Amino acid sequence: MKFGVVVFPGTWSDCDFHYVIGEVLHQPVEYIWHRERNLAGFDCVVLPGGFSYGDYLRAGAVAGRSPVVEALGDFIAGGGLALGSCNGFQILCEAGLLPGALMRNECLQYRCQSTHLLVETVDTPFTRALRVGQVLTMPISHGEGKYYADPNTLRTLKQRNRIVFRYATSDGQVTKDANPNGSLDNIAGIVNEEGTVLGLMPHPERAAETAMGGTDGLSILQSLLGTLVEDGGFLRR
Amino acid sequence: MTAPEPKVTVDLANGLGLTAEEYDRIISRLGREPTYTELGLFSALWSEHCAYKHSRVFLARLPQRGARVLQGPGENAGAIDIGDGWAAVFKMESHNHPSFIEPFQGAATGVGGILRDIFTMGARPIALLDSLRFGDPEDPKTRRLIKGVVGGISWYGNCFGCPTVGGEIAFAPEYAGNPLVNVMCVGLVRADRIFRARADGPGNPVFYVGNKTGRDGIHGATMASATFDGHAEERRPTVQVGDPFTEKLLLEACLEAMQTGAVVGIQDMGAAGLACCTSEMPARSGTGMEVELERVPRRETAMTPYELLLSESQERMLLVAARGREAEVRSVFAKWELDAVEIGRVTSGDELTVTFDGDVVARVPVEALAEGPRYQKPMAPPSWLAERQAWDPATLAQSKDYNEALLELMASPAIASKEWAFRQYDQQVGINTLVLPGSDAAVLRVKGTRRALAVATDGNGRHVFLDPRRGAAMAVCEAARNVSCAGGYPAGVTDCLNFGSPERPEILWQFAEAVDGIAEACRALDIPVVGGNVSFYNETSGQAILPTPIIGVVGVLDDAERLATQSFKAAGHRVALLGPPDVSLGGSEYLWCRQRLVAGRLAPLDLGVERRVQAAVRSAIGAGLVTAAHDCSDGGIAVALAEACVTGRTPIGCTVTLPEGGRWDGMLFGEGPSRVLVAVDGTAAREFEALMAESAIPWQWIGVTGGDRLVIRIAATAIVDLDLLRIDHAWRNGFERHMA
Repeated sequence: MKFGVVVFPGTWSDCDFHYVIGEVLHQPVEYIWHRERNLAGFDCVVLPGGFSYGDYLRAGAVAGRSPVVEALGDFIAGGGLALGSCNGFQILCEAGLLPGALMRNECLQYRCQSTHLLVETVDTPFTRALRVGQVLTMPISHGEGKYYADPNTLRTLKQRNRIVFRYATSDGQVTKDANPNGSLDNIAGIVNEEGTVLGLMPHPERAAETAMGGTDGLSILQSLLGTLVEDGGFLRR
Repeated sequence: MTAPEPKVTVDLANGLGLTAEEYDRIISRLGREPTYTELGLFSALWSEHCAYKHSRVFLARLPQRGARVLQGPGENAGAIDIGDGWAAVFKMESHNHPSFIEPFQGAATGVGGILRDIFTMGARPIALLDSLRFGDPEDPKTRRLIKGVVGGISWYGNCFGCPTVGGEIAFAPEYAGNPLVNVMCVGLVRADRIFRARADGPGNPVFYVGNKTGRDGIHGATMASATFDGHAEERRPTVQVGDPFTEKLLLEACLEAMQTGAVVGIQDMGAAGLACCTSEMPARSGTGMEVELERVPRRETAMTPYELLLSESQERMLLVAARGREAEVRSVFAKWELDAVEIGRVTSGDELTVTFDGDVVARVPVEALAEGPRYQKPMAPPSWLAERQAWDPATLAQSKDYNEALLELMASPAIASKEWAFRQYDQQVGINTLVLPGSDAAVLRVKGTRRALAVATDGNGRHVFLDPRRGAAMAVCEAARNVSCAGGYPAGVTDCLNFGSPERPEILWQFAEAVDGIAEACRALDIPVVGGNVSFYNETSGQAILPTPIIGVVGVLDDAERLATQSFKAAGHRVALLGPPDVSLGGSEYLWCRQRLVAGRLAPLDLGVERRVQAAVRSAIGAGLVTAAHDCSDGGIAVALAEACVTGRTPIGCTVTLPEGGRWDGMLFGEGPSRVLVAVDGTAAREFEALMAESAIPWQWIGVTGGDRLVIRIAATAIVDLDLLRIDHAWRNGFERHMA
């Protein structure tokens, strides 16, 4: 499975995703410059964290209109997968590839901390290796991660089972205290209608090695590869 | 339209911070009156901030050489060999004055400046640490400063993409009018790919790269070389404004340009901006430089040569390229959408020649600018010192309730959790951070090797106030001990020396003593000082700060898997105390909390014992024998034990018995050097004992981990017996309650 990691001016999780995909997951991976429009040959395009174009407008607003993101629509329509983490999630929302918006954290401060994520659906290529109700541990690092969507959109997300991760306690309770940024319904990650585009605020690449404190983030990338999980729960796609 | 230039007089020179003697010296050096622009160059480069004129004679006493040193002081940053072909590049700098005037931008541009110092050397920054000092957080004005400073650090470091992994925050009334913002950065570079701030090769083109120049920060270096009066806010225009996004682009562009091989030398335009680079770079290389100022990219109109040379606009570099390879440099910066404009060339002479629209506005020997005056002003111990030291601990009433006393210490803002600040900082970008902030030292892996770096900063103004020499030596020891407690051997020091006005004899005495103390400790522990910074004039309306040398230590772990953290990991582990029994309540956090008093004598420091204790801790960690290691510092052994209990993933209690000796509050809360708490899995106890015997250090078993209480006995009496939840609550809320 070939991954592409997009580099915008101001992106900083690009090297981390590249390292995890190449050195930990042992999959082919290349950087994609933000001016690139040709995404042929990639199976999954990663939009990493950072401050694309400085995020001096709204987070992700400029990157959401960049050449590479404009090309992403056709790539996804052609069956390609896209994963946006942190700034990548903000960009996907700004580009209209995912619904809703990410607003300033309710505490009005940047937050870097460990969070627990309740897995709400395994019916996506990104979560097939997981179990519904499983709790993942992954760090967040953002100032604008408060997810918002209008009531109709939220209803659709729920009906179509498109809320993938919600902030929860370590034992899986979705509570206000477990919500680090004031996100609507504790939403931490969602997918598009087809399940081929995942956006999440937490950083899976920072939870991909035991030395870094855990491997729950790696399981998202492993899901894409169709690796068998412990219980043999699913087979290669 | 530009206003006519002011007439150059001695009064004008005084107004720019130069003395009458210095003005005369300029005239004799040039053989004529300087032009207005030239006077500006001298005023900036001969400022205390740039020229170290009051400190240089003392700084020469610091040990600066060592087998691992690849670059000592005098460059943008120091560098040490860490093995496997890698070098750690690091430096600490102050941004105290700007942060008081405008805390958010002052602190932010402090981060920006130190990041550039690291990546001009060709290194990618991997870690930031901030050593901050403020007044009492009860004071709303101080809280505003804390919020601004932490917000500025968070904004700049996070957007740039370098994790903030450590540092400390402490408080004393003396910092209320002069907060300290010391920022340290560590970067990694291949040892044979270090770049330097040189202008070699006459004929080579000189490029201006990065952000455009505005009028911000003009005379920032001069501002940082004066004390404040009641009108500090009026100096706000001398504070620079940061742009972390542009800095990130500048990082990537510089590192990519260096990869091409077309870069000869490069220097950050920090303090004194273009003036500093265009004189220091040729001065290092024994060359000259010609600069055509009208080519400098600007974002404001009608800027004068004076303003262009002295602007401290951020995110800019001066780069000397190899002649004939200009296109390679231009294409890299174009890719990152940054200016890269050829503004001059290296010459074979020894002069800096600055022209503006064809007119020569300055022609000065670079050596004259780069080598400022050096002073050795009178110094004398402060008259009040003997009285302060003579304080008798017997006059302090014994505490009635040691549980309450310990809770009060854990809730003291200096000791309490700094989570409020650290959660605003990205701590992990780069995925190297093996040990997050909150332990003795942060640990970062070096990808592609088995090694890791341990980094820590330390400095205790109260200790240095009472005994500058020993207090400063103890700061070196503590920072090194923190690194040793993580399992790293201390390999290099950077220091940031924060003091009042050196023109006062007692301040200069404090400074000289402190430098000697640092030198003695660094020699004894065999750690070279590879760079740093002096910040004088930390005074407002005559009130000087506590003398505060901050020591940053970078250590190396040969095996990243053999590291230790401060928290207890499981019940049933034996607890040992390594090091001498000597402690003192003089200058302690306990004395401060009880009586708001800074007095007494410090505990003795035996540098040989210190060295052996640290070696013993590292050996034990390296052999995989200890499950926790924690330095006993502020608040003494009682606080160290409490921290080990509550700072882990799950709280783990312990019961210890301290040997009898002296008054109980001293035994619990007295502070002394060379003491380390370790936890040892019972199965490793024999091997640990053998190792300690070989180490020839004082040590003893004092107890065992387990339960949900901290119990400290002296003889048969449990003088502390506390539920961990209460300790945890005090520690978590002690600082945060002020900031929420």
